[in-house]
Amino acid sequence: MVTRGRGDAVTGAGLRAAREIAAAVPDPELPMMTLADLGILRRVTAEDGHVVVTITPTYSGCPALAEIAHDVRHRLAQAGFAGVIVRTELAPAWSSGQITAEGREKLRAAGIAPPGEGPRAGGGPGDPVPLTLTMARREPVACPRCGSLDTERTAAFGPTACTALFRCGTCREPFEHVKDV
Amino acid sequence: MTEDDDFAAYQSLSEETEDHRWAFGTGFSDPLEGIDTSVPDGVDAAALAAYCLMLGDDALIYSHRLQQWVTRMPELEEETALANIALDLLGQARMLLSRAGRAEGAGRDEDRLAFFRTEGEFRNVRLVEPADADFAELAGRLLIFSAWRLALFGELAGSADPVLAAIAGKGVKELTYHRDYAAQWVIRLGDGTALSHARMQAALEVIWPLFGELFRTDAVVARLPGVAADPARLRPEVDGVLEAVLAAATLDRPEGAPMAAVAGESGRDGVHTEALGYVLAELQSVARAHPDATW
Repeated sequence: MVTRGRGDAVTGAGLRAAREIAAAVPDPELPMMTLADLGILRRVTAEDGHVVVTITPTYSGCPALAEIAHDVRHRLAQAGFAGVIVRTELAPAWSSGQITAEGREKLRAAGIAPPGEGPRAGGGPGDPVPLTLTMARREPVACPRCGSLDTERTAAFGPTACTALFRCGTCREPFEHVKDV
Repeated sequence: MTEDDDFAAYQSLSEETEDHRWAFGTGFSDPLEGIDTSVPDGVDAAALAAYCLMLGDDALIYSHRLQQWVTRMPELEEETALANIALDLLGQARMLLSRAGRAEGAGRDEDRLAFFRTEGEFRNVRLVEPADADFAELAGRLLIFSAWRLALFGELAGSADPVLAAIAGKGVKELTYHRDYAAQWVIRLGDGTALSHARMQAALEVIWPLFGELFRTDAVVARLPGVAADPARLRPEVDGVLEAVLAAATLDRPEGAPMAAVAGESGRDGVHTEALGYVLAELQSVARAHPDATW
């Protein structure tokens, strides 16, 4: 195996290969999703002959971030990229609107209702965030199994930081929904 | 996706690594790793460190209080909710303490700041210290805390310190969700049965003496123009939120007097309630018993 990295320039083709590998790393908590699907891979660049992978956390306390960074380094090392640097970037903050169309399809196929397409509706920059005083939602969440819109939220938080729990009134199945943030 | 992908995160744990991980989510590294944490020109670094410590301590202590509810909640759904909220706040605390340590420049990292300071060195507001006596107190305190912190972080998202602005901008999304969760419970309890209404009202009366302290202007804030947010300016937004929630919940705004400061000093000055010592005794015990441990 050719060891790329330390000392050598990372070529354009090498960088493209590195980007593909990083983009395909699965999320440890939603393994059907890649970093690219989730929208948490910000960029892959080269610095002083090293590949630099920049990722952003979904939530401030997300315990998966350290696992993701390790996995990115591990997979790139296996492909011959030595000394890969993984950086975190906080701004602009991740929003569920950054999940790709392909990512939404994968979630649905796995029985998880994807979030809405855009960021949560709110005021302009600097305006106070509007309060939501009821459990009712502006747009209903479609059941990922039967498509019914007759669904209700059973819990505001789910098994991972990014999901909430719902139940379908038509097929009666419970399901997870990736929260709109 | 290959079968390998499913287990990659777990397989890599069993390999020899340099980061001493022993389980999923362990092997903590600096939460601001790779982020430019140089202090912008013209910003008072010591004041920035002190300010980030205040905001980090608020989240750290409150996160610990919320974690103490885990295994004590009546329903799994609410327990999951509280654990998630506590995790978000812990994430905020880690970044803020790390920011404080870097700005201070004395080599103290997040763990050093969290586990090896005494009560008098903590700078959190006193609101986050007492243990909640019941679920109504939990909902009321969470509503007040998250409404206040959301207003604060909304201002800080435009801070002249880009690191603080980024931490706050991220926190706004989390706190919005926390505030809605708490508000919905306050309304369900307040506008519920006679018993739940009475207990929710009583809970607000208990918490209220610690409300006023949230808006006290601090000397550290005055040293950070454009970087920190003046707490007094947050009051109208927080009052507006509470007014809307209390009206929907058919609850009265308490009128109790604020808890007195001690010789003019309170939480931000390191003067705390008795409760903080008990929180720290639990929070710091493992780190102090095993100072060389990693996690």
